[in-house]
Amino acid sequence: MSKIKCQCGHENPYGTELCEKCGRPLSEKAKKSDIVDMRYEGSSRRSQTYKSSIVDKIWNFFSSVKIGVSIIAAVLIASAIGTIFPQKFYVPATTPEGYLEYYERLYGTVGKLYYELGFYDMYNSWWFKVLVGMLATSIIIASIDRVIPLYKSLKKQRTRRHPSFMKRQRIFGEGDVRNTKESLAKAEEKLKAMRYNVKTENGAILAEKNRFSRWGPYVNHVGLIIFISGVLLRGIPGFYVDEAMWLREGETRNIVGAPGYVLENKKFTLENYTKEEAEEVFGEALDKNGMIAKSYTTDVTLYKQDEGALPGSESLKKVKDYAINVNKPLKFDGYNVFQMDYKLDELKNMTFHLVNKSSEESLGEFTVNLSDPAKVYDLGNGSTVNMLGFYPDYDGIKDGEPYSKSPVPNNPAFIFQMNTPDKPEGEKSFVAIRQTLEVEENDYAIKFAAAETRNISGLTIRKDKTLYILLLGGLVFMIGVIQGMYWQHRRVWIQEDTEGHLLIAAHTNKNWFSLRKELDTLRETADLPAYIDRQDPELDKPEQEGDEEIWT
Amino acid sequence: MDLVTISSNLLFVSFVAYLVATLFFGGAIKKSKTEKAYHNSKWGTIGLVITIIGFLSHLGYFITRWAASGHAPLSNMFEFTTAFGMMLVGAFIMLYIIYRTPSLGLFALPVAIIIISYATMFPTEVTPLIPALQSKWLFIHVITTVIGESILAISAIAGLVFLVKNIDLTKKSKSRFWIEAVMYTLVLVLGFVVSSTTFNVMNYEAEFTYIDKDQAPAEITYHIPPLFGMNEYEAMTPEKMTPWVELPPIINAQKLSSLVWSIAIGSVLYVLLRLIARKPLAAVFQPLAKKANSQLMDEIGYRAVLIGFPVFTLGALIFAMIWAHEAWSRFWGWDPKEVWALITWLFYAAFLHLRLSKGWEGKKSAWLAVIGFVIIMFNLIAVNLIIAGLHSYA
Ligand code: HEM
Repeated sequence: MSKIKCQCGHENPYGTELCEKCGRPLSEKAKKSDIVDMRYEGSSRRSQTYKSSIVDKIWNFFSSVKIGVSIIAAVLIASAIGTIFPQKFYVPATTPEGYLEYYERLYGTVGKLYYELGFYDMYNSWWFKVLVGMLATSIIIASIDRVIPLYKSLKKQRTRRHPSFMKRQRIFGEGDVRNTKESLAKAEEKLKAMRYNVKTENGAILAEKNRFSRWGPYVNHVGLIIFISGVLLRGIPGFYVDEAMWLREGETRNIVGAPGYVLENKKFTLENYTKEEAEEVFGEALDKNGMIAKSYTTDVTLYKQDEGALPGSESLKKVKDYAINVNKPLKFDGYNVFQMDYKLDELKNMTFHLVNKSSEESLGEFTVNLSDPAKVYDLGNGSTVNMLGFYPDYDGIKDGEPYSKSPVPNNPAFIFQMNTPDKPEGEKSFVAIRQTLEVEENDYAIKFAAAETRNISGLTIRKDKTLYILLLGGLVFMIGVIQGMYWQHRRVWIQEDTEGHLLIAAHTNKNWFSLRKELDTLRETADLPAYIDRQDPELDKPEQEGDEEIWT
Repeated sequence: MDLVTISSNLLFVSFVAYLVATLFFGGAIKKSKTEKAYHNSKWGTIGLVITIIGFLSHLGYFITRWAASGHAPLSNMFEFTTAFGMMLVGAFIMLYIIYRTPSLGLFALPVAIIIISYATMFPTEVTPLIPALQSKWLFIHVITTVIGESILAISAIAGLVFLVKNIDLTKKSKSRFWIEAVMYTLVLVLGFVVSSTTFNVMNYEAEFTYIDKDQAPAEITYHIPPLFGMNEYEAMTPEKMTPWVELPPIINAQKLSSLVWSIAIGSVLYVLLRLIARKPLAAVFQPLAKKANSQLMDEIGYRAVLIGFPVFTLGALIFAMIWAHEAWSRFWGWDPKEVWALITWLFYAAFLHLRLSKGWEGKKSAWLAVIGFVIIMFNLIAVNLIIAGLHSYA
């Protein structure tokens, strides 16, 4: 496409609205308008210039702020819908039927619909991900579309602008002053004192400050893109590990998700706040709420398997002892092990007596290790007990057989065969907590003597190489927003025109009121023409209470 | 006096200071014809000084309570909301120093007063921290969020001044309806304060057993007369009022009763105020807002968002993620409270884009600022009370 040559001699790219150098309006639209659109300096943006091919259409779609805001709004609304009912991961169910049943039972037809529309797993749904993808695309395209032309035109701008540019600024003033030279000199000095960068060109001043803040939005958008990329990387194996394991006191096991590492749980402690240590301060709260937990701690030892050791062989090297607390994960080799959950007092061992029912005499005792029960217990005096059946989590009889609903010893039940010198062929007995069943009347019985319990720690193992990327994204975003929002890009043009009048114009990308305050201070020092702000309607009505004399 | 008592006395002092300062600001506006005149008005200067005294006393409350409990007082609804009120005043003082505007104080302080009153309706005793909350990141995250939110709230207050001034209240219109709805909502908060205080003073208690949503038996004590009953409730104190209807298990009938009481009493209050004033409440405040410059209010509103947005991002998203990673092992869990922080953030991002690129200034921008405040309040109040998640303090 052809370049546009301005009267001042500068060649502008096709599509330019205001000459990059002198600011003369070039397009019909700019020539007709009272106040020119200064947002991107009237530069040539691809999206405003090329509109025919399919690539142009996609580019223009994503570079539109209207579309960008619509995408933001769509993400916002979808996120809000996701909070109406609990999301999938907070629901105690595992199967589709289970979820359906849960949502229907609690929330009726609406709940059913919520499940069926997929809203119950909103944030993992494909269309939520598509929305986020569109958001990212839009951020990238919209930024590129603007930042390059903006950069070029800010770099090329000339100090002396064409009067038609000055007159089309939102803040503009024109008039005669007593001594133009002196006014310009004073203004230059004062503007420098106000930390403007001042450039002069025979009778014209361009004062500019904080141009860097114009790059803020683009920096923050880069931060957002880094962040979103970090989130995407978690899909790649090796970047992200998220596992959970239960570790009983006394147990030593391979750490799930961290090959080569082994963890021993030495002790789990739950501590509550006590009245004494809390003194008067927390007294009232403790009375009201009962117990309040103070800490959950798992004392562990971390081991590393020797390099090259055969799997299963016990060649462990101790790495360290550590007390894992909530908010204080165990850290090693990029992994974090968090204290997430606990169960108190799980049954570990149960001890029984074998007794003669009529004499109540004991023939000896034996201990069943519930996590690894033996088949036969020899009581030493010619009596043995055989374990015929073990049901760790007994839940009644199903199909004529005792039924265990899980491998966790919550409610252990056993079928024992008691072989005694009297009854060498053996007697059978079904033993559960507070319950004994016999097929026929027995002479001997198994009596519960004691139980030993232990605590279990619920641990989560995480490795997240993307965290640093996310953190970097956050940091860049913060730099960008602060850069763009805590400073404003302001420019003041003052020049003498060919007839000897003084023209003054000013522009800022935001906070016009503060700019006007600066101009008022400037006018206190230098004799400059009065100006108007053509977008403050109240300025046109000086009779308005409270507004007169504030800034002219 | 022990520290806890000193602390609550200091809070009371600041409460009174804000009330008195409001009167001075009001007086100042009445006395001076213009904003400019107000700048030099003794009334206004006194108002500002009293506000600063109140703020310092409020800060004193915060520090002494911290000293007493050993942790930053930001761990329950009372503490969080009180801190929000404090930071709102702090943000007002900051913007006052930048723009020296009078009208803002007259609207900002009453909102702060309402927020503090609201806070004191929650249990105020000092509670020890459960393990998940024992982290320095908790403090850093919450305090930054509160500061960010209160700066953002100032933009809503500037928006309110702008709207009260610029909406034509003599003609029926959508804007007139909605601005009055905002006033009505503020009165409803007072209704909540009045109803809770009344039944509290009466020492009202009614106990019930019920079946919760996991089909387990549970108990509950109402401190207000039960309009609604919990799922399959049975009264343990039958001499007290019988609920009108029983509600399904997903609804907390106690909280709903309290809400309905607040609305009822708030509405009565509103009707009384209307009868006394004989015009919409917005019209009562209009003469006070008239002296504000619209451009200036618009800019303060925008400036507050510009300052508050980065602070909010840092506190509610970045620090929140760091803390969540330490405490819950994941930096983001789609917990309702987190999601609503994200929604707030997206909303203000949309606001900034609309303003910068679509030129949404003046009324549109003021309405957006008010809506933003509604979202913040929704996250503070409704998400905690209705959609309980990990963060639910109550
Ligand atoms: C959640 C996502 C986004 C966030 C947090 C965000 C953040 C920001 C911020 C803070 C600004 C500066 C605003 C100001 O200084 O007043 C900005 C400017 C801007 N954003 Fe975004 N943005 C997001 C998405 C988008 C999208 C999807 C688009 C696509 C159209 C977009 C296009 C722009 C443009 C064109 C500007 C103005 C740049 C200028 O005029 O110099 N942003 N953004």
